[in-house]
Amino acid sequence: MNAFLALVRKDLYLHFSNRRAVLMSIIAPILIAAFFGSLFGSKSGGSKASPVPIAISDQDHSPLTAKISAALQADPSLAVQSLDADAALAQVKAGKLRAAIVLPAGFGEQAGRALFAGPEGKRPEITLHYDPSQAMVLPMVRGLLAQHVMQLVSADTFSGQGAPVMKDMRAQVADNTALPAEQRQELTAMFDSIARVQERSARAPQAGASSAASASAAEPGRSQGFTMSPPFSTRELEASAKADIPYNSYAHSFAGMGVQFILMMGVDIGVALLLMRRQGLWQRLRAAPLSKARLLGSRIASCTLISLIIFVLIYAVAMAAFGVRVQGSWLGFAAVLLAFSLLTASFGLLIAALGKSPEATRGLAILATLLMVMLGGAWVPSFVFPEWLQTASLFIPTRWAVDGLDAMTWRGLPFSEALAPVGVMLGFALAFGALAIARFSWEE
Amino acid sequence: MKQELLQAQALHKRYGTREAVRGLSLTVGAGEVLGLLGPNGAGKSSTIAMLAGLSRPDGGSVTVGGAALSQDEFAYKRRIGLVPQELALFEDLPALANIELFGALYELPAAQLKARALAVLAQVGLAERAQDKPSSFSGGMKRRLNIACALVHEPDVLLLDEPTAGVDPQSRNAIFEQLEALKRAGKALIYTTHYMEEVERLADRVIIMDHGQQVAHGSLAELYRLLPAAETLKLELDREMDGALEATLRALPGVQQLQARGSQLQVGLSELGAGSAAVLGALAAAGFKLRHISSGRANLEDVFLALTGRQLRD
Repeated sequence: MNAFLALVRKDLYLHFSNRRAVLMSIIAPILIAAFFGSLFGSKSGGSKASPVPIAISDQDHSPLTAKISAALQADPSLAVQSLDADAALAQVKAGKLRAAIVLPAGFGEQAGRALFAGPEGKRPEITLHYDPSQAMVLPMVRGLLAQHVMQLVSADTFSGQGAPVMKDMRAQVADNTALPAEQRQELTAMFDSIARVQERSARAPQAGASSAASASAAEPGRSQGFTMSPPFSTRELEASAKADIPYNSYAHSFAGMGVQFILMMGVDIGVALLLMRRQGLWQRLRAAPLSKARLLGSRIASCTLISLIIFVLIYAVAMAAFGVRVQGSWLGFAAVLLAFSLLTASFGLLIAALGKSPEATRGLAILATLLMVMLGGAWVPSFVFPEWLQTASLFIPTRWAVDGLDAMTWRGLPFSEALAPVGVMLGFALAFGALAIARFSWEE
Repeated sequence: MKQELLQAQALHKRYGTREAVRGLSLTVGAGEVLGLLGPNGAGKSSTIAMLAGLSRPDGGSVTVGGAALSQDEFAYKRRIGLVPQELALFEDLPALANIELFGALYELPAAQLKARALAVLAQVGLAERAQDKPSSFSGGMKRRLNIACALVHEPDVLLLDEPTAGVDPQSRNAIFEQLEALKRAGKALIYTTHYMEEVERLADRVIIMDHGQQVAHGSLAELYRLLPAAETLKLELDREMDGALEATLRALPGVQQLQARGSQLQVGLSELGAGSAAVLGALAAAGFKLRHISSGRANLEDVFLALTGRQLRD
């Protein structure tokens, strides 16, 4: 035990007395985590997401398209510029705008008819130019466009301005001998009812003038009278640990950067073993009456301890200065830290077992680490990956480490949710360790 | 007869298809220095690795004080101290901490460890540098600390693999004095080197190795007796010698060996005084002038050359 503890103590002393090692393994992850955490902050936490810069090009110049433009410009999620189509496209290509909406000529007249055209019917086509490097923006812009266009087109169609369209549609239905007579009668009755509503709306603006005026003042682009709108409203709540505690982006960023830099520290420790071979230190240790289990075991133990200490220090800063909290299970949090520390230690040992020269091994090991970290969601959240990559990342141990830490911190999940990440990481640790022991070359 | 502490029988070691050590046997007793001399690649370090338990022999056995390496590895290793060829020191750990660490590996009780470490540091003349890191030491000091780390657990046998490599002459002398002191204290030392001067100074017995095998073994006097001549006269003449004069010189009393290469002449003599006078007289009578003359006692380089036909140093 004396020898085992002496070896562990020596490794701890050498690591923490090395200024460069401390800087790289503790200070660097804190600084980078702080940076990334500030970038991806929560809306309700006080930092607001910037509006998406887009352009709109109105080639129709109709009252309807003017209202659509105005509604989009008033949307707080968007920062809209009115440009001609060519200028808008140029801006998107240059990366200055995320998307450009082109409302084609004839849109105002065709949109109302298209409401009743059916799935095979003709409808005007809105061109959406988007920056392919920001493809995530496209669904959002499309959704907002659909919302505003639906509201305004339906309002327009069913108000007095839409009377000619309704009249045309009624005439088409009445002349459509392919429709059964009963159905034709019911549809024409529907259009007649709509026409009466439209006439009433056009005749009686004064009756609801004050409320309508104030309503339209509050919602620019909206016309008075009957309007269709989405049959629901939304209340947005962060699915974070507790309703009154907003999402803290630092929790994820500290998890990711902690995982990355601790794994890199594991690489350093593995390479250090190769350096010990070269310097004759390994020979001296092997000449002592120590079993292989003790020699390697002390290495695993010291690396695990160093990893744990570093992680604790990183999270201490995260909690003290950045408000990170263990909203879930403390036991689960500790278990995830310990499992990842063991994983790091066995990874370091594997590097030492497979490596030849320290220089060549360091380069390859850092590449492997960066790949693991990247695919594990430490830099970019894994949900932005394509689906096949999200599935593939489940085979990467760092994914489980980051997910496990997220689960125990900002997601506030119970201990049971830590079991899978801990189990997977321990499995990887065992596999790495077994391979390391099998491949470890004891004789020079 | 000295008590034999370490006995190695018929050691074999193969790396792939290359036989690094072939059937080497050796013994070393208390208070004795056994030199392993040979050129690079002779098998010296491979032998040390087997004796230290770092590599498993492919054949043969080795015991220390009755403890066989193959059967009681830990008991064997407790009686061995290894001074590796490299400076096996933790450069960022203070000198005393280095020694304490290695002492702890031999399960020295914590209460005695520090005192023992300080004593060993004093023994190698580094007591004042106990709290300094080896990174601030000179090469000679590092070599001394390297030895100290191998002494902390008081081994019976010390294995030293080229312990003065890269060291200045003054530091080398200091190291030799320490090793001589260890010898006087009853330690058994096995010392490998390819510098014959070191072996000639320290060793009681020498094994000369080449291509993994023992080519000669014995005390220095016994090895010198393997040579045809105990003394050597080296001459550079003003011109090349002819065959007749060469025959004349060979026939002179005391001349045991003669090598002529161009105007260079090397004469092996049984005794320097009379022999050199006869040679110089014969050359003068033949009208030869001397450009350069030197003499020397036979050395292990000569022994190695005589036995293998090759130089000891590359």
